[in-house]
Amino acid sequence: MIVLEKRPQPSKAWSLATPLVAVLATMVFGGLLFAVLGKNPVEAIRIIFYDPLFGEFASYYRPQLLVKGAPLVLIAIGLSLGFKAGIWNIGAEGQYIIGAIVGAGVGLAFYPLEAWYIFPLMVVGGALGGWIWAMIPALLKVKFGTNEILVSLMLVYVAEQLLASVSLGLLKNPEGFGFPGSRNLNDYASANSWISQETGMHWGVVAAMIAVIFAYVLLNRHMLGFHIRLTGEAPRAARFAGVNPGRLILFCLGTSGALAGLAGLFEAAGPTGQISIDFNVGYGFTAIIVAFLGRLHPVGILLAGALMALTYIGGEIAQSQMGLPAAAIQVFQGMLLFFLLAFDILTNYRVRLNTREVA
Amino acid sequence: MDLSAINPVLLVASLMVAATPILLAAIGELVAEKAGVLNLGVEGMMIVGAISGFAIAVETGSPWLGFIASAIGGALLSLLFVFLTQVVLANQVASGLALTLFGLGLSALMGQSYVGVRPPPIGQLHIPVLSDLPVIGPILFSHDLILYLGIAIVAGVWAALKYTRAGLILRAVGENHDAAHALGYKVVRIRIMAIMFGGACAGLGGAYISLIRVPQWTEGMTAGVGWIALALVVFASWKPWRVLLGAYLFGGVTVVQLNLQAAGVAIPVEYLAMSPYLITIIVLVILSKDKSSAPASLGRIFHASH
Repeated sequence: MIVLEKRPQPSKAWSLATPLVAVLATMVFGGLLFAVLGKNPVEAIRIIFYDPLFGEFASYYRPQLLVKGAPLVLIAIGLSLGFKAGIWNIGAEGQYIIGAIVGAGVGLAFYPLEAWYIFPLMVVGGALGGWIWAMIPALLKVKFGTNEILVSLMLVYVAEQLLASVSLGLLKNPEGFGFPGSRNLNDYASANSWISQETGMHWGVVAAMIAVIFAYVLLNRHMLGFHIRLTGEAPRAARFAGVNPGRLILFCLGTSGALAGLAGLFEAAGPTGQISIDFNVGYGFTAIIVAFLGRLHPVGILLAGALMALTYIGGEIAQSQMGLPAAAIQVFQGMLLFFLLAFDILTNYRVRLNTREVA
Repeated sequence: MDLSAINPVLLVASLMVAATPILLAAIGELVAEKAGVLNLGVEGMMIVGAISGFAIAVETGSPWLGFIASAIGGALLSLLFVFLTQVVLANQVASGLALTLFGLGLSALMGQSYVGVRPPPIGQLHIPVLSDLPVIGPILFSHDLILYLGIAIVAGVWAALKYTRAGLILRAVGENHDAAHALGYKVVRIRIMAIMFGGACAGLGGAYISLIRVPQWTEGMTAGVGWIALALVVFASWKPWRVLLGAYLFGGVTVVQLNLQAAGVAIPVEYLAMSPYLITIIVLVILSKDKSSAPASLGRIFHASH
C-alpha cells in the first residue's frame, strides 16, 4: 500500500529536481505521442531540443532563442510575483495585446518624425497599456472582491476584439493597399526595438534580463518581496505581520501587467514589426507554464523561458521537416505543465510503501 | 440599419440554443464545486468534448453517438485533473489551467482532418399540434433533444442536491471535507465522481457547439464559453435554477449582439462581439459581494493525514 506522508518542510532537492524530471517525462511521453502520429520519436525529440542549438543551421536558429524567449521570460517574471502570493493573473495575453497597441500607437503617432525620444515614449506607453489593463481586475478585486482569474481572462477576449478593431481602423496603414494591419515599425528607425537583428538582440531581451535581476532582488532583499512570499505561504501570518492585501494585489497585478505590456510592445516594434489581427500567438498563456516550470524563481524562469523558446523553435523546424502538426507542440507544452504539477508531490510529500496495519 | 428584421420569437428560440452549451458546462461545474473542487479546466474539457463528439458523429453518421462520445471524452480528460488534484494533491488552480492549455492543444491535434467537414444534422422535436402553435410552438416545442436534456440535468441536479442523501453527502464533502471524512464518507471518491460528472457535462456542452450551434469544427471554437460557465456558477451563487437563468441571460446577450451585427447597427462589430465578456465582468462585480454561499472547502486540498 502506497502512503503519502507530508514532509515537515518541502524538500529542497526535489524542488530543484522536479522540473528536470518533468522535462524528461515529457520527452518520453511526447515521444510516444509523436510515435502514435507516425513520426520517428527519437528524430522528433532531437529536432526539437538539439538541432536549434547545435544542428547544421543552428546559427540561424540561435537568434530566435532570444526573440522567442524574451517575451516569455518578461511575462513569466511578472506572473510569478502574483502566483507566489496566490494572486492569479491569467490574462497576461490581454495585457500583452494592449501594451502592444498603446506602445505602437504612440510610435505611429509620431510617424514620420525621427527623434531619439520616440522609442522611450513607446516603452512607457507599452508598460502603461499593460498596467491599465491589469488594473481593471486588480481594482475590481480590491474594491469588490471580484475573482481576478475570471476578470483577467475575460479581458483577453475583449483585448483581442480591440486588436481586431484597431488593425482594421485606428492603426491601419494608410498606404497598406487596404490590407489590415499597421505600418511596419521595422521601416521606421526611431520606433524600432532591434539592437542587432542578426543576433536576435532587441530591447525586450535587455528588459527581460533587468526584470530577472529586479525580481531576484525584490524577492530576496526587499521587504515587499518578503511580504509576497509570506502571503503565499501563510496568509494568516501575513495579516498579523501587517501586510496590506489590497496593496499587494495592486502591486502584483500591476507589475505583471506592465511587464506583459512591455513584452507586447517590444514584440510589435521588433520581431513582428506591426499590429495586425493575428499579432498575439499565445505567449501570455505559455508564460504560465514558464513561470511554474521555473518554480516561480527568477533564475528558474530564465532557464524555463529558454527551454520553452527552444520547443517553439524546434517545433517549427519539426513542422517543416517532419510535417509534425503545430498542435502537437502545444500538447507537448501542456504535458510539461502536467508532469511538473504531478511530480511536485515529491517536494511536499514522502511516498512510502506501507504494510497494511489495523486502523 | 433595420431592426424590424429581428423576430422576437426566433430571438427567444435562438437564445435558448445559444445558452445550452454554457448551461451544460456550468451545471457540471456546479456539481464539482459543490463537492469542494474548483476545476478551471472547463474550457479544455469543453473543446475536447466538442472535437470527440464531432469526430464520432462524422465517422458514424450519428449525432447521438457523437454526444455520447463527447461526454466520455470530457470525462476522460477530467481524469487528468482527478489524478493531479486528488491523487498527487496538486494546486487546483494550476491544475485547471494545465487542463485547459492541454485540452486546447489536444483538440487541435485531434481535429486536424475534420476542418471544413459538415456533421450529420440532428433532428428537431416536432410534436404535431404543439410545435405548430404560434409563439409558444417555436419557443418551447421545436428544439433538439439535447436542449431539453440540459434543462432536465439542471432539474435533476437541483432535486438530487436538495432531496437525496447522495446530494447531502456531496454538499457535506464540499462544506467541510475533514468532518465528512471523520463521518466515514469517501471524500476523494465522491470528488472524483463529481469532477467526472463535470467533465461529461462540459463535453456535452462542447459538442452542442460543434454539432448543433455552429455546426462545424474550427480550432479553439469554444472561445471562452467554458470560462463564462465558470463565472456563471459564481453568478448563480451555486444554485442550479439560477444557473439556468444566468445561462439564458448570457445566451440572450450573445444572440442580441449577433442580431444587431446582422441588422447593421452603427456600433462596430468588434465592440458588439466583446459585449458578452464585458457583461460577464459587470455581473461578476455586482454579485461578488456575496460570497456566503460558496462551498466552504472550495479549492482546498484534502489529505487524510491531517
